[in-house]
Amino acid sequence: MQLYLPIADLPVNIFLVLAMGAAVGFVSGMFGIGGGFLMTPLLIFLGIAPAVAVASVTSHIAASSFSGAISYWRRRAIDPALATVLLCGGTTGTALGVWTFTLLRALGQLDLMIALSYVALLTTVGGLMFWEGLRAMMRIRQGVVPPRRAHNWIHGLPLKMRFKRSKIYLSVIPVIVIGIMIGFIGAIMGIGGGFILVPIMIYLLRVPTSTVIGTSMVLTLVTMLFATLLHAMTNHLVDAVLALILMVGGVTGAQFGARAGQKIRGEQLRLLLGLLILAVGIRFAVELVIRPDDLFTIRELGVSE
Amino acid sequence: MIARSVVAALILLSLGNASARAERLIVSVSNHRVTVTPNYSGEELVLFGSVEKDAATPADRNAYDLVVTVIGPRADMVTRRKERKFGIWINTDYRQFLQVPAYLALFANRPFEQIAPPEVARRQQLGLNNVLLTQRVGTDYADVVPNDPFRSAFVRLRTQRGLYREDPAAVTLLTPTLFRTSIPLPAEVPIGTYQVEIKLLANGVFLTKTETAFEIVKVGFEQFVATTARQNGFVYGLVTAAMALMSGWMASIVFRKD
Repeated sequence: MQLYLPIADLPVNIFLVLAMGAAVGFVSGMFGIGGGFLMTPLLIFLGIAPAVAVASVTSHIAASSFSGAISYWRRRAIDPALATVLLCGGTTGTALGVWTFTLLRALGQLDLMIALSYVALLTTVGGLMFWEGLRAMMRIRQGVVPPRRAHNWIHGLPLKMRFKRSKIYLSVIPVIVIGIMIGFIGAIMGIGGGFILVPIMIYLLRVPTSTVIGTSMVLTLVTMLFATLLHAMTNHLVDAVLALILMVGGVTGAQFGARAGQKIRGEQLRLLLGLLILAVGIRFAVELVIRPDDLFTIRELGVSE
Repeated sequence: MIARSVVAALILLSLGNASARAERLIVSVSNHRVTVTPNYSGEELVLFGSVEKDAATPADRNAYDLVVTVIGPRADMVTRRKERKFGIWINTDYRQFLQVPAYLALFANRPFEQIAPPEVARRQQLGLNNVLLTQRVGTDYADVVPNDPFRSAFVRLRTQRGLYREDPAAVTLLTPTLFRTSIPLPAEVPIGTYQVEIKLLANGVFLTKTETAFEIVKVGFEQFVATTARQNGFVYGLVTAAMALMSGWMASIVFRKD
């Protein structure tokens, strides 16, 4: 069944998009991530303009992170204080991100920047995760317990604050900086940023695993809602019809993915996720290096009626 | 041959101005208002017309040529060119096309170069190569030669999308004076007013022209969404955000594990 996407200006097969949403939802449920870094590229490869894909996926991530956040809230696995501080940075970062997005679009370099950001971020994060997963598997095979340093330089920073539910005593500076960073790249790349945020919070901030995912979901939720609103106001690129199909497919797939994920061991999961992220990053890199089919592109600057 | 036709044109012009026109065109399109619904997958309009002769028409003239030009709503467009820099392909150079038609179709009953000599074709804008597409070049506004890389890329890309087309066999002359042509409108036609210009030529000489128009409107939910997104960005954003929250909340109820 063909459906016409009003903003993407493209007829698509509704079942194809639904299946894509479900597939990405499955993967995101399995790994406990938002899945934006898979969804946005898939939409781009489907032929949807990168700008529309990024703007629409933000609302899709908001939906999936909201359902996640609700269940974590019920389990008291969200640290409200930590979430609030993260959000101070997150909303600022999002506003900066949308502003940069608009600027790049006017300069005609938005698609390039989206692709470059994906290559840089995904190959780095994917590579690190893959490496980390491999090492963890090796250690388990050898039966070595990983050394865990209790403190690092981040814990020497001023403006410390007590986060009760996470039971940590931490400076707000790195928390806000991380919030800004995630909000910024989220708005430009159409990703929730959970797959970067969670490792950062665990390894750098030493946030306990009991609150880390729930809290990062709150940040994702609010920054993505804010990004949706800003993208809709400034660039008019949010395709609500596309977003709705993705949401329906995504939240359904996520439930089954979560069940599947419980059957796989943690370090294997990380290894797989690392590989997946790496693959998407390489796909973007190849796209940039090979000669495009057409060197010319047209952009309409609004039809005057 | 060219010289003779120019002379003939001059004579004809003076005749045409002095007395009543020798020929008159009467045309009609099958539909003046095309509504594009969500499942619209392209349509064809039919244009019918006839050449009316009168007393001033030379008795021996019966081989007419017709050129139909359909011009959609106008818009500014930017064409960008990618170049290899630092090993990757990036947009470097660009040209801005000013108020060019979003849809453009040129139809004739035989190849444009056979219908009219080059200078007539250029003056009457017969054929995609002769249609005026104004570019901004620095501070100047001008059309460029047809083989300019940006212009030809622009025309080629629009043609690929079915939005620019040229068909020198689309006009059918049913009798020497009665003609018809179909105007294909692909799925992604821009909405707005479409001007149709019908030009009559004989022996490479422009005789007369007439105009008609039709309108393309989009209806249905999709169009409502698109319009709202453009005009009420804030409300649209709020509704989308609310929709995201609703579907997330619904999912957490439906899939609650207890």
